[in-house]
Amino acid sequence: MIYLQLFLTFFKIGLFTFGGGYAMIPLIEEEMLAHAWMDTEQLINFMAVSESTPGPFAINIATYVGSVTAPIGLLGSACATLGVVLPSFLIILLVARMYQKFKTNRIVAGCMNGLKPAVVGLIAGAVVTMGSAVFFPAGWALSVLTSYWFIVSSIIFVGMLVLVFKKAHPIVVVALSAALGIAAGVLQPWIG
Amino acid sequence: MEKRRDLKTIFQLFVTFAKIGGFTFGGGLAMLPLIQHETVERRKWVTEQDIMDILAIAESTPGPIAINSATFIGYQTAGFWGAFAATFGVILPSFVVISIIATVLTAFQQNLYVQYAFNGIRAGMLALIVKSLWTMYKKCPKHAWSYVVMVAAFALSAFTGINVVWIILGCAAFGLAATLIAQRRAEK
Repeated sequence: MIYLQLFLTFFKIGLFTFGGGYAMIPLIEEEMLAHAWMDTEQLINFMAVSESTPGPFAINIATYVGSVTAPIGLLGSACATLGVVLPSFLIILLVARMYQKFKTNRIVAGCMNGLKPAVVGLIAGAVVTMGSAVFFPAGWALSVLTSYWFIVSSIIFVGMLVLVFKKAHPIVVVALSAALGIAAGVLQPWIG
Repeated sequence: MEKRRDLKTIFQLFVTFAKIGGFTFGGGLAMLPLIQHETVERRKWVTEQDIMDILAIAESTPGPIAINSATFIGYQTAGFWGAFAATFGVILPSFVVISIIATVLTAFQQNLYVQYAFNGIRAGMLALIVKSLWTMYKKCPKHAWSYVVMVAAFALSAFTGINVVWIILGCAAFGLAATLIAQRRAEK
């Protein structure tokens, strides 16, 4: 049953992701591909939508996936969102009563020492799969390196990387890349 | 801090966190300045020190930081129903906005210009993800074995089909063991 599946999958995502930013991406990507709810390309598209709409990414993607996969979209969204929120909610309720102890707990600190580098490695893994979806959407081949869209993507990627490290706001990055993408598409008959 | 369990406080928690959820783009860490402004300076529900604690706790408990913070502040302010109201509040704007967008997005996905735009956007997003990777790397402890964990997690996730959950659990266990051994040695 899709509603239970949505709830359980997003519960798992909520329970096993630590840290902010895109720490959730590796597990979300794995689960979306495993259920065929989204491919990597659609996931990156939605990350951009999420950057341009209010609210946390985890809630946004849970709501979206619930909506597009379930026959009753709103119910699907509710199940997925409840799933991703519930682990945090319950764990924080427990921790809130004794958080001074929790803060200095050696076991928690020890696990975090392993989790932080793990998240770095996992996101690096996601960069590889997402990079190949961006630059080689039809698979690896030498001929791709001279194709029009490969060159366009490379220029946008490098340009945006510079902007991002100069602390440009993510929405600016999304808007500029969108404009460049449209310009490249429109100009393709002339310069492609 | 004394807990106020009255309906008015609970309602205020809901409204405040709905505002926070509705006006921040880009998730939990981007929310913290607004959370701090609303709950410390304006409402005086929690203290500056609480906000520091929340960040530390949010980073060492699972789930989105926005949810962790809302639940924690709600609970500290007004108990269980406070936690519920704040968490519900922070979710609601996202839920409504994305429910609407989901129908629009599916309708526009076939449009040629939308496809061009997303071709560009995906390359730009990759740059944002690389930045996120760099930020996480900087925050990460730099023991010799941290790099071993990093490389192992990368290799296992990129080149094998091993479930990410197992990688996470394995790395947590390894981190715990390595830390406890290092502490034992230091005590000797």
